[in-house]
Amino acid sequence: MEWETVIGLEIHTQLATQSKIFSGASTAYGAEPNTQACAVDLGLPGVLPVLNEDAVRKAVIFGMAIEAHIAPYSIFARKNYFYPDLPKGYQISQMDHPIVGNGHLDIEVDGVTKRIGITRAHLEEDAGKSLHENFHGLTGIDLNRAGTPLLEIVSEPEMSSAKEAVAYMRKLHELVRYLGICDGNMQEGSFRCDANVSVRPKGQKEFGTRAEIKNINSFKFVEKAINHEIERQIELIESGGKVVQETRLYDSVKDETRSMRSKEEANDYRYFPDPDLLPVIIDEEFKAHIKANLPELPHAKKLRFKAHYQLDDESATILTTSRALSDYFEAVHKTSGSEAKLCANWITGDLSAALNKANLDITDSPISHERLAGLLARITDNTISGKIAKQVFEELWQSSATADEIIADKGLKQITDTGAIEAIIDKIIADNQDQVEQYRSGKDKVFAFFVGQVMKEMKGKANPAEVNKILKDKLA
Amino acid sequence: MHTKSLTELSHGLQTGEFSSVELTQAFLTRIKQHQNLNAYITITEELALQSAKAADARIANKKAEALTGIPVAQKDIFCTLDVKTTCGSKMLDNFLAPYNATVIEKFNQAGAVMLGKVNMDEFAMGSSNETSYYGATKNPWNTNKVPGGSSGGSGVAVAARLAAFATGTDTGGSIRQPAALCGITGLKPTYGRVSRYGMIAYASSLDQGGPMTHSAEDAAIVLQTMAGFDSKDSTSVDLPVPDYSANLNQPLTGLKIGLPKEFFSADLNAEMAAKLSEAIDEYRKLGAEIKEVSMPNLKLAIPAYYVIAPAECSANLSRFDGVRFGHRCENPIDLTDLYTRSRGEGFGKEVKRRILMGTYALSTGYYDAYYVKAQKIRRLISDDFKRALTEVDVIMGPVTPTPAFGIGEKMSDPVEMYLSDIYTIAINLAGLPAISIPAGFINEMPIGLQVIGNYFTEAHLLNIAHQFQQVTDWHQQTPKGFE
Repeated sequence: MEWETVIGLEIHTQLATQSKIFSGASTAYGAEPNTQACAVDLGLPGVLPVLNEDAVRKAVIFGMAIEAHIAPYSIFARKNYFYPDLPKGYQISQMDHPIVGNGHLDIEVDGVTKRIGITRAHLEEDAGKSLHENFHGLTGIDLNRAGTPLLEIVSEPEMSSAKEAVAYMRKLHELVRYLGICDGNMQEGSFRCDANVSVRPKGQKEFGTRAEIKNINSFKFVEKAINHEIERQIELIESGGKVVQETRLYDSVKDETRSMRSKEEANDYRYFPDPDLLPVIIDEEFKAHIKANLPELPHAKKLRFKAHYQLDDESATILTTSRALSDYFEAVHKTSGSEAKLCANWITGDLSAALNKANLDITDSPISHERLAGLLARITDNTISGKIAKQVFEELWQSSATADEIIADKGLKQITDTGAIEAIIDKIIADNQDQVEQYRSGKDKVFAFFVGQVMKEMKGKANPAEVNKILKDKLA
Repeated sequence: MHTKSLTELSHGLQTGEFSSVELTQAFLTRIKQHQNLNAYITITEELALQSAKAADARIANKKAEALTGIPVAQKDIFCTLDVKTTCGSKMLDNFLAPYNATVIEKFNQAGAVMLGKVNMDEFAMGSSNETSYYGATKNPWNTNKVPGGSSGGSGVAVAARLAAFATGTDTGGSIRQPAALCGITGLKPTYGRVSRYGMIAYASSLDQGGPMTHSAEDAAIVLQTMAGFDSKDSTSVDLPVPDYSANLNQPLTGLKIGLPKEFFSADLNAEMAAKLSEAIDEYRKLGAEIKEVSMPNLKLAIPAYYVIAPAECSANLSRFDGVRFGHRCENPIDLTDLYTRSRGEGFGKEVKRRILMGTYALSTGYYDAYYVKAQKIRRLISDDFKRALTEVDVIMGPVTPTPAFGIGEKMSDPVEMYLSDIYTIAINLAGLPAISIPAGFINEMPIGLQVIGNYFTEAHLLNIAHQFQQVTDWHQQTPKGFE
């Protein structure tokens, strides 16, 4: 039998606000346990939540970026369950009236664009953390994370492969960072994913029974976990079994999912409107202000890069994967006065390779956009050749000198004096008569030999265009 | 000293007739003499004398405010920094809040002297003060009778002159009912008028703090300190606080009083009806016009309340889990054991009953039938009041069906107990302000008259209550042995 897969994702993004969603405590990651939890975060008797306006603003920014309906009236609800790292015994979340309604995100897989619906995105508070290590069999509770604002983004069940799910997740990851609403740090849990997976015979309309895989925190694991789960479900059905609705955990070490709790064991969360908080009213003025300040989105930017800078699709795609990278590109282009293509090639080529090797992000690049622009300007005005430029690039990476300083220091300035080049070429032709014969008898490849000899003689500083031109003349 | 009004006390302090230390000492002595009433859970003698000394210095520097140096009894539901806050529960028998409730902070700023924390029904759930972990509080008019609840300790502290005034909180009648049964004045302000920050939540959409005093004149002074917007409470309302004492003497000529026929039906106890009728006659004499109004949905108030309040409390009380504060069972074997025994041991019967009712009402499959329906009824009741209050200025009625009942009399029948709030609960559902004022005695036990006004008309209610107190002396009666 042929099977098809249905996947929906729920992604929790921590919003990059200074303080928590309902208290004034800091949201900074990595502090000593329980040093960033105030009375409100601890759920002490008598305390009350006060909504952080910045969290609302960031949720609305997201909603606008996915062209979603922004609810003029949304309310917070209590989601009730007991857990030691949930201080109040309920999580303040949104149920019936989420702040962000229907929207969408376009993904691209194998050159095909697909539109994935986003059902809703709602605001809620994060829980704390239970720590099971180093407590001699007891459990430690760290409430620093409790109350960190989350935007839970729920997709329609419209992805049909792990590959699409990963493409969606990457696209969303790129978007929230672009918008500056989430730092996207997956190791620190700023961007977390739950996947709902089901299979059905190809062509069947009804959905199969789904399993929810919880807390998968890397792109690689999402792909593996989903593929594993698809396999498990198909095997199960084909061997006469039935998929049960349940929550499963992905074990990245064993590369398998295992049951956490069944539908019967699931909590009845007893949602009801939180009487401590007023409805959130979003008026046109608030929306207009956000709209006016919305950054250019990745897709629009890519189209602009192609049209305005005449970049090919691949370069435009790479350069617009992050706001920092595209900003870097535009700064280099503007400062260097070089062709956009040259800037793009250096950034997506040598610079990206070096950054990858050093495991650095563009924002931590040892070569600032001014210094790279200084190098490209010298290529453009023919001061140095592309080959010498690679040498200068190495120096830029190692030192803090400018390209001009390095070129002057090492005497790398390109020789464009045709007289000097001609003299060298004459000498090489005289010394290599055999090769001259070969070339003249039609072996074009030998041309490269002459170029190599000239460059070797001139320590790479000869202007390659001049060398080619003179060589061609003399060998003709 | 202990019989003086707040204005007289303030005058006495500022003219040097007596010091705050002397006044505080006098009240502390009385508290100790009358410990059998079980009004106080915690007496903060040392702290009180320190505050009194500071108040005396402030008075000497001519920086005194209306309440500077005046001793107050705080309901043990308001969190107090480094002073035990129990909420009447074993669950919080060991709880020291690391912060002050906004209301406590405001009294501290005003220079009031806290004598201690007074008894209450556990987590404010009760109408007789019998659900307190610290034992029942006794009514000074007859120590075999309940003082009402949940602010029963506050009612007794004021009635027995164990404090110059007290604070209370009112979720379904918890200020007005004990005020009526103890023969004092109690005001439940409009929802949102007094900050709930630091006031341990029972039912968040209904809870409201307010003054419990000898007179409307005193209540105006106390509310002045308590009221106001608080950025820490999202449900507090950002409206200016009027001068509550300014219009107390306004004549009532032309005042339109509405009497809901549903309040004065055949169900109302005949003696109660007669007493209320006399009180309303006083208003007639003061120039008011009396009119019958109808609020057909009032009869639904109790069932709606007993869905909404337990639903909210079932979530509000989840934080008492033995993990971070409060009672924790000994040697829990696992997480479930920690939860079940800590909560099982820490909460009393009535609290458990309401948590269970609320949990049930919010459960999948019951939510629409109970919680959603109750919210609809709540809206209907609010609409009834709004409509009636376009026809009349205020609504009057009983506070309680009967005077104080006997200790133990209703503890075995929760529904009977719930019905003792039948005249007060609807006002909380609507979020309106209402005041209970002494209106006479039945079998030597005090009863109250309730005056209900439109939103944020506390000043008018105080004026209406004060005018009544100018022509009656019910509020000046003192129980025997407590003169």
